[in-house]
Amino acid sequence: MTPEPSTPEPQPATPSPLAGGRAASAPLLGRAEEPTVFELSSPGRRAWSFAEADLPFWDAADLVPAGHLAGEPVPLPELSERDLVAHHTRLTQRQYAVDVGAYPLGSCTMKYNPKLADAAASLPGLARVHPATPSSCTQGWLELLVALGEALAEVTGMAAVSLQPPAGAAGELTGLLIMRAWHRGRGDGGRTKIVIPDSAHGTNPASVTLAGYQAVTVASDERGCVDLDSLRTVLDDDVAGIMLTNPNTLGLFEEDIVEIAGAVHEVGGLVYYDGANLNAILGVTRPGDMGFDIVHLNLHKTFAVPHGGGGPGAGPVAVTEALAPFLPGPLPAVAGDGTYGWETPARSIGRVHGWHGNALALARAYAYVLALGGDGLRRVAEIAVLNANWLRRRLAGTYDVPHDRPCMHECVVSAASLARARGVRALDVAKRLLEEGFHAPTVSFPLVVKEALMIEPTETESPQTLAALADALVRIAEGASSDDRLAPRTTPVGRVDEVRAARRLVATFDARPPGARAPGPDGER
Amino acid sequence: MNVPDDLRYSPDHEWVRIESNRARVGITEYAQDALGDVVFVQVPSVGAAVTAGSSVGEVESTKSVSEVYAPLTGTVVEVNDELGDAPERLNDDPYGGGWICVIDPADPTELDRLLDADGYRELIGG
Repeated sequence: MTPEPSTPEPQPATPSPLAGGRAASAPLLGRAEEPTVFELSSPGRRAWSFAEADLPFWDAADLVPAGHLAGEPVPLPELSERDLVAHHTRLTQRQYAVDVGAYPLGSCTMKYNPKLADAAASLPGLARVHPATPSSCTQGWLELLVALGEALAEVTGMAAVSLQPPAGAAGELTGLLIMRAWHRGRGDGGRTKIVIPDSAHGTNPASVTLAGYQAVTVASDERGCVDLDSLRTVLDDDVAGIMLTNPNTLGLFEEDIVEIAGAVHEVGGLVYYDGANLNAILGVTRPGDMGFDIVHLNLHKTFAVPHGGGGPGAGPVAVTEALAPFLPGPLPAVAGDGTYGWETPARSIGRVHGWHGNALALARAYAYVLALGGDGLRRVAEIAVLNANWLRRRLAGTYDVPHDRPCMHECVVSAASLARARGVRALDVAKRLLEEGFHAPTVSFPLVVKEALMIEPTETESPQTLAALADALVRIAEGASSDDRLAPRTTPVGRVDEVRAARRLVATFDARPPGARAPGPDGER
Repeated sequence: MNVPDDLRYSPDHEWVRIESNRARVGITEYAQDALGDVVFVQVPSVGAAVTAGSSVGEVESTKSVSEVYAPLTGTVVEVNDELGDAPERLNDDPYGGGWICVIDPADPTELDRLLDADGYRELIGG
């Protein structure tokens, strides 16, 4: 409701303090509508005030060519700090997060991140350093980066690491560019194809295309693993490499991995490890020992860096000795006299990120490594795998289990029978789980499983939480009815019409009342 | 699952209808059901030369993005532009208003390599 000014006709020069904008407060939970920042906006209100500057003042028109200047200011929302903080705090109170409860979103490793890592990354000596500070004044920071690189090389069985890539997909592109530089360096730059299994993460073919290669798909066998015979039919002198995750996206260990790597190496290709599923093998086995040449790690999945809200993440890339000269640089390095500095590898593909990557994410990861140690990291993988297998067995009588053999850190079950018998699909099960107080699992992925529900409990959930999650999933299946298509009914936002949102995308906010708006793509206002 | 008897089918779930020496192409009811709600369709360009088994377009649903493969070699002579504003036709009427393109086949005998309705029914398990 918009409060009415109590005085008549405010003068245009001095708008009423109540002109524009609206007050907002809302119950902590429930479905009360939260206004957007545009609706909360009031002309002239500010969340900042600058001190009077004693420096010369330039008009933008004196500095920027007229053709590049906007005719009028961009209509940004105008709010006080108090209202802005209240708005965002209210939104967080309607949100589900790892710190609220179990978040079994398969393939994403949404585990709880210990606050110790936050505390370490908040140390002023780490958090309050400008990246341009001379290295003579940042020896501690550089020592941390070198030590983290060594730890990640040890965990992956690789020789050298670049910490620059800011995310998993950035790591993939970096790895592929290293692959291309290596082939070109040997005078073998004509290779055009990268092999990808049909169960791969969607980012793999996207990265391949971005790197200028063509993705070639290889089928999975009935056990859910790469089919060696199919692989051999697509391998030739045109193949630059293969991208794999192990365990794969079905949560299954590729048992033929040594033969797969050997077959790719035989035709002169390289073998790339997508580190999205590293949480399953941490401290137990290493990509380097399986024959991989290039590895990216998702520190925001495996190493206590928060994710899910847009980052910042970190996707370091680790490589074998032969590929080390191609890593993005400059890299932190220690000289013979024990001082730290920066070095660019001889045949570096160049920078892939400004400064030194997302440095505070790297500091979190190093704190996590030190806190757990080698034994602790191995326990992470062991418990993650145990939890996933417990859930798989618990759900087997209720949901279809397309590949019923021991899984790694996640299990894929299917709602295909439930969909046939009761018309309740994987998406409906996922939405119902929100009503039960848990985050939804990943649905409709991997694509090779119909009505897939991909559940990754991670090592951080207690047996009690796992049991409650399993009970909820069983209860949902047993009580499944067509009403489930309306779920979730108890959350602040109900079932979102994602089909209409995709078909009739409206990406701009229109503050005018509904009748006065420009018609949307489907003619509605 | 509706599999009309008068059409031919590819193992990649495209259908072909022969209309006086030209081949109208779309995706099957089975395919649209597996994809779920279609939100975007990319059709080929008129005049494009296509090879059997190569990509002629893309279908994006809320679940995934899938390629549409040419069931026959030839030239694209007509495309369904209406899918730009109404991608849901692939779901609502896959064998009618949801057609994707018309190909002028280079070698009409290629048609014999495609499945008939019984063969396709067997492929999708009845």
